[in-house]
Amino acid sequence: MKRADASLEFNGSSGMPTRGALTIRDLVKIYDPEGVNIMAVDHCSMQITPGEFCMIVGPSGCGKTTLLNAIAGFHSITSGEIFLDDKLLCGPDKPIAAQGADRIVVFQNGALFPWKTLAENVAYGPMVQGVLSKRNALAKAHEMLAEAGLGEFGGKYPGEVSSGMARRAEIVRALINRPKVLLLDEPYRAMDGLTKSIMHEALLEIYDRTKVTIFFITHDLEEAIFLGDRVYVLTTRPCRLKKVVNVDIPRPRNYEVLSSEPFRLLVEETRDAVHEEAIKAFQLGERELA
Amino acid sequence: MHQVVSPGEFQVAPRATPNRLARAWYLLTKTARSPTPYLMAFGILLWVFVYWLLCEGLKLPRFVKIPGPITVLSEWLSPHPQQGISIFTPEYYEHIYVSCRRIFIAFCIATSIGVPLGLVMGWSRTFRDYTFPILETLRPIPILAWVPLAILMFSGYETPVIFLATLASLYVTTLNTMLGVQSIDEVYFRAAGCLGSSRWDVFRHVVVPGALPFIFTGLQISIGVAWFSLVAAEMVSGDFGLGYLILSSYMNSVTVPMVIAMLTLGFVGWFTSAMVRFVGNRLMQWHARALALQGR
Amino acid sequence: MVSVSEVSRPIGIARSRRSFLRRTLGRQEFWRGCVAIVVFLILWEIGSRSGEWFGYTLPHVGLLPPPSDVAVAWSKVLMKWGYWESWYQSFKRVLTGFIAAQIIGIPFGLMLAVNKYFRDIFFPPFEVLRPIPPLAWVPASLIFWPTNEMSIAFVTFLGAFFTIVINVLGGARTIDVRYLRAVQSMGASQWDLFWRIILPGTLPSIFTGAAVGMGITWEVVVAAEMISGGGTQGGGGLGFFIWNSYMGGSLPQIVVGMISIGIAGYLSSTVIRMIGRSAMPWRKLF
Repeated sequence: MKRADASLEFNGSSGMPTRGALTIRDLVKIYDPEGVNIMAVDHCSMQITPGEFCMIVGPSGCGKTTLLNAIAGFHSITSGEIFLDDKLLCGPDKPIAAQGADRIVVFQNGALFPWKTLAENVAYGPMVQGVLSKRNALAKAHEMLAEAGLGEFGGKYPGEVSSGMARRAEIVRALINRPKVLLLDEPYRAMDGLTKSIMHEALLEIYDRTKVTIFFITHDLEEAIFLGDRVYVLTTRPCRLKKVVNVDIPRPRNYEVLSSEPFRLLVEETRDAVHEEAIKAFQLGERELA
Repeated sequence: MHQVVSPGEFQVAPRATPNRLARAWYLLTKTARSPTPYLMAFGILLWVFVYWLLCEGLKLPRFVKIPGPITVLSEWLSPHPQQGISIFTPEYYEHIYVSCRRIFIAFCIATSIGVPLGLVMGWSRTFRDYTFPILETLRPIPILAWVPLAILMFSGYETPVIFLATLASLYVTTLNTMLGVQSIDEVYFRAAGCLGSSRWDVFRHVVVPGALPFIFTGLQISIGVAWFSLVAAEMVSGDFGLGYLILSSYMNSVTVPMVIAMLTLGFVGWFTSAMVRFVGNRLMQWHARALALQGR
Repeated sequence: MVSVSEVSRPIGIARSRRSFLRRTLGRQEFWRGCVAIVVFLILWEIGSRSGEWFGYTLPHVGLLPPPSDVAVAWSKVLMKWGYWESWYQSFKRVLTGFIAAQIIGIPFGLMLAVNKYFRDIFFPPFEVLRPIPPLAWVPASLIFWPTNEMSIAFVTFLGAFFTIVINVLGGARTIDVRYLRAVQSMGASQWDLFWRIILPGTLPSIFTGAAVGMGITWEVVVAAEMISGGGTQGGGGLGFFIWNSYMGGSLPQIVVGMISIGIAGYLSSTVIRMIGRSAMPWRKLF
């Protein structure tokens, strides 16, 4: 496949990526609604290497999103620390991380501003950060949308395009800022299987091109193994790391992988761990967090 | 052989946009074939007929005092009205003009205070905590109860009337704007935060456009409320205007101008709120287009 | 957004039962609100006494009666029978018009919603009359109805009627079709459909309409009392109380009347909210 824009190379396509290492150490998060303590995350540690495509899998309501919120700076943490490369995001003296364009979230139900066209949405980040002027940002946005196959939709509002296109534009909106980490919170949850497979290939194509670190939350196992370098299986609430599965299927991957033997074995290996936790979560019968 | 497909190849051919005229014609013929327009016309005619029958046909005891449709219409269109008001008399337009001017001034003042106030109230919790209770304490007092105080506080005829209409719109505009800001999904604030916005950027790019649909709903209600209080205020204190025309006709025992003024009020009121809606749709292309796609 | 603290409460753990009073007193908003209102009253007092204290009367605000005078006037009036009589008169009028509007407006709105032909015939004239402000009807109804009391009731009725009908119609038409299908597939009759789905589905809108309609009713009653009751027959009521104080030149008493109406209106809408909450236990937020 032809490499697109050089400016989109985050980590360089040759050699080891150097930016976007995410370290989570002994993270604890306790919610305190009216004196009833609920532990969402219990001493969870992870080490995500630069340029890793990391998949977080766990039963509903286990605290995956809590992890993401802590990294993105939407919620405070109770104890523990999170580092991005060598920078402390949050720790004992700094319970809530500052929000910044080095970690960009793609939300579950999409968060393109419905009052801006796709191009204006994409241009938003560089514009408010003062990196590019409004005009240059828009030009760049159109260019990047075209690369993602959305060239002629730049002037449309998010309400006018399909959810698949909106989600793709949202990823473009994140990438234009050259983030260190891309945080995806079950972005394809509400999509049908066919759309999903198209979205997966598009995402893989973007990843192969940029090698940006991706922190991807899902509870679809096959999605996790198809996309990821490593799959982190979490326990039910309170959330702890249960198992890490290394996916050694070579890249670039395509849909033939899905029917291959190594893929099947990996899915089986992971399924046992996930299933056990899913049953526990179901029996607890708790309402999902957020 | 399967191959990795570049996302570029998934482009869909642009849908042929139907000619606007053709679309309008299609809608028109479709409507004409359904019973709805005929039933609607029948409904209005039925009501006019019942009105005529009660007031002029049968001359029922109490109805006979109310001018019937034929009387009203012939007077309204007569170049030499017996009771002083028709489309040929300058007074008629003077009354309409005075009322519209008052509404316009009141609406502009209320909007230019109410929208910024509501935006800040929705956006800053501290500000809301300090201002909202005062608003909530004053709001249950009906606008009309302010009439005597307004007359005492402001001299003349004009200012009290405008003050009352402004006050009525102000509550509605402020509260709707505030609700509009509060109804914006948290996720947009988070997305804006992620993309490196300053507080001012969030205000400009998220709070204001996100609240716009609510603001315009509020403005539509607000202009209705402004008419409501204007009429009352003009009835109690005023020297011109449609509300004044209604009450002064009553005082002078002429009933036809009263009905003419009522119908005119209805039309002008409807027209102003349609105008606000039109401006709103113009400003919110994204909203209008999304609604149109949902078939609304 | 629903905050996490509300959602994450596991089922089975009761919400800690602190009393309403203690919860209110523990809130920052409550104290800030108190501060705001006290500051507001103080500014009002200073503003309206500016002529007396500083020798310079502020424009507009300087003409208002200071809150302390209002309090004095109120304490005097509280002992008088006429004041309470006004409350009674106004409440009676509001309730008459409001209840009549409910009795006629709800079935009318539901009919508009369920029957297309009915809607086509009756909705256009309704839409033609709706933009006419209710108070514009006052003189016409004074001419038409034999007594002042009846004309006030009629105008009050009109004020609430349009709002109620529009809300009921809107509510009934937004009921999710899936509910209707579900009930039909279980073999329900038209009658069941109406009583079990359409009516309860419309209840939230009925109560919204009632709350808004109540506000309009108070507006209309006050105005009608000022315009008509204040004249010949002396029908009383809080609107007349204000008008009378105005005629008598007693400024503090005007404000007493305004505050009384505010309290009365607030009480009425609180009652509607309470009824709504008990009629719709499935809706926590109302």
